[in-house]
Amino acid sequence: MNEPLLIVEGLRVTYGGIQAVRGITFHINPGEMVALIGANGAGKTSTLRALSRMLDAAGGSIRYQGKEINKLPPHHLVREGIALVPEGRGVFPRLTITENLSMGAFTRNDKAVIESDLEHVFGLFPRLKEREKQLAGTLSGGEQQMLAIGRALMSRPKLLLLDEPSMGLAPIMVQKIFEVIRTVASEGMTILLIEQNAKLALETSQRGYVMESGEITLTDDAAALLHNPKVREAYLGE
Amino acid sequence: MNPLLGSLPMRKTLLGVLAAAALLILPFVAALGGQAWVRIVDFAILYVFLALGLNIVVGFAGLLDLGYIAFYAVGAYLWALLASPHFGIHLPFWVILPLGAIVACFFGVILGAPTLKLRGDYLAIVTLGFGEIVRIFMNNLNAPINITNGPQGINMIDPVAIGGFKFSAPSTIFGITFSGPQKYYYLLLLLVLAVILVNYRLQHSRIGRAWQAIREDEIAAKAIGINTRNMKLLAFAMGASFGGIAGGIFAAMQGFVSPESFSLIESVMILAMVVLGGMGHIPGVILGAVLLTILPELLRYAVVPVQKALFGEVLADPESLRMLIFGLALVLVMRFKPAGLWPSPDRRRELAEKAR
Repeated sequence: MNEPLLIVEGLRVTYGGIQAVRGITFHINPGEMVALIGANGAGKTSTLRALSRMLDAAGGSIRYQGKEINKLPPHHLVREGIALVPEGRGVFPRLTITENLSMGAFTRNDKAVIESDLEHVFGLFPRLKEREKQLAGTLSGGEQQMLAIGRALMSRPKLLLLDEPSMGLAPIMVQKIFEVIRTVASEGMTILLIEQNAKLALETSQRGYVMESGEITLTDDAAALLHNPKVREAYLGE
Repeated sequence: MNPLLGSLPMRKTLLGVLAAAALLILPFVAALGGQAWVRIVDFAILYVFLALGLNIVVGFAGLLDLGYIAFYAVGAYLWALLASPHFGIHLPFWVILPLGAIVACFFGVILGAPTLKLRGDYLAIVTLGFGEIVRIFMNNLNAPINITNGPQGINMIDPVAIGGFKFSAPSTIFGITFSGPQKYYYLLLLLVLAVILVNYRLQHSRIGRAWQAIREDEIAAKAIGINTRNMKLLAFAMGASFGGIAGGIFAAMQGFVSPESFSLIESVMILAMVVLGGMGHIPGVILGAVLLTILPELLRYAVVPVQKALFGEVLADPESLRMLIFGLALVLVMRFKPAGLWPSPDRRRELAEKAR
């Protein structure tokens, strides 16, 4: 079996004295889509912030392609091939869709390939193509989420970190977004998906981890988790 | 199309030539109203300089800086200390001006470093404090060792001089007599054109794009691989160095500096120029700086005669009436042109889409 792309061991995140993440361990294999699910305040976003180096971990190790990235500054991650789609989308509101997407390729300078990648993203999201000259701030929430994912893809990542892509979106839009996430995954992208919508996340992923009060309490194949009575009770409302 | 005016590029060239000619004869037109007006025009250019510097920080990178005048002060005092009888040092301008830029740049980093994690209101308060600290230092550094000469300020500062050619005294070239302020005008014009050029190049460079991203969303900027820390420091440093150069010229032109010239209201005025003109849009910022320098002066000359003509006597204190009208004008502009008088195409687009 292949070496995992990302190995997290004993990761701890604290805010002041409060432990948000209490030593969690998980891994992601190349080409795999892994869901990290849990209730509000379980520590999912804190985990992702530590992974994307937006905040410093209090302890533990994060190894990516065999290399410790726990001390790397956040802007280096893109060059390593890790792209984050931040929670709440975080598009550049006063730039057009095309400008937002080109910003995603900020660290690259292979102009011709960027051009073809742009077309690829527009192929994934025809809706963005229709509105390419529109300002991102005037898009609907779902379109902004599409844009944020598209922008992350523009850096040609090896690992895509998605933080709550369904948050605050209309159900029909959530379906659309997840369709695209599946497409991206089918192209071979390795994805870590952080979601409150456990059902959708597990249906889309291969494996899943369940987080509770800062700890990983369960892990299994996504399909098995979907049928796990504990998960069904706690997260699927049954 | 009017055949007399020719094609569009032709018209553009013609317009450019006319604008250049207007800029060249401007100090002589202004001199018709007295040398005071030439000096006012000089100050307008100096403020364009400052506003463009602040625009890098506020307009490009989106960092609200209320203490920008501190860098102007640093540049001015550096010139005053290194080219006046105060210490008996008289360095030439080509040494002091770059030095002023470097020292101000250093101060920019000093201000920038502790504020990296602050945004908006919080950043504004820290920068405001920084501006005041610099001014208060200038005011009090006359004891135990007299460095700045305290509130009295430093007098008899050397003018800009190239060899024996002094910018302060009138001289005759090709039979035309240029006054001191007129000569400074050409010097300032040359410098400000360079600054405008640098600003345009910056805006459309990778650095400019990084600033734009930071201004729009800092977390997203980090996520796409921008070193936000260095880019913010660079914005502070570059903005500050423009302020430092402007300060040096200011000291040389006035021949005198004192802490009074670097009060909070000056920072606010420069910010008002940037915002009123059109934040982040270079032509707008230039327009804002020119208007906000000229308008109060026009009012200064107009308030008394207008009152006399209307009421036969001076009813309101001219100074307060002038500021009242000025303030009112600012409020009206912001009410009816919220993106500034000449906003960037982005902002115009944004307002248009919001209005839909």
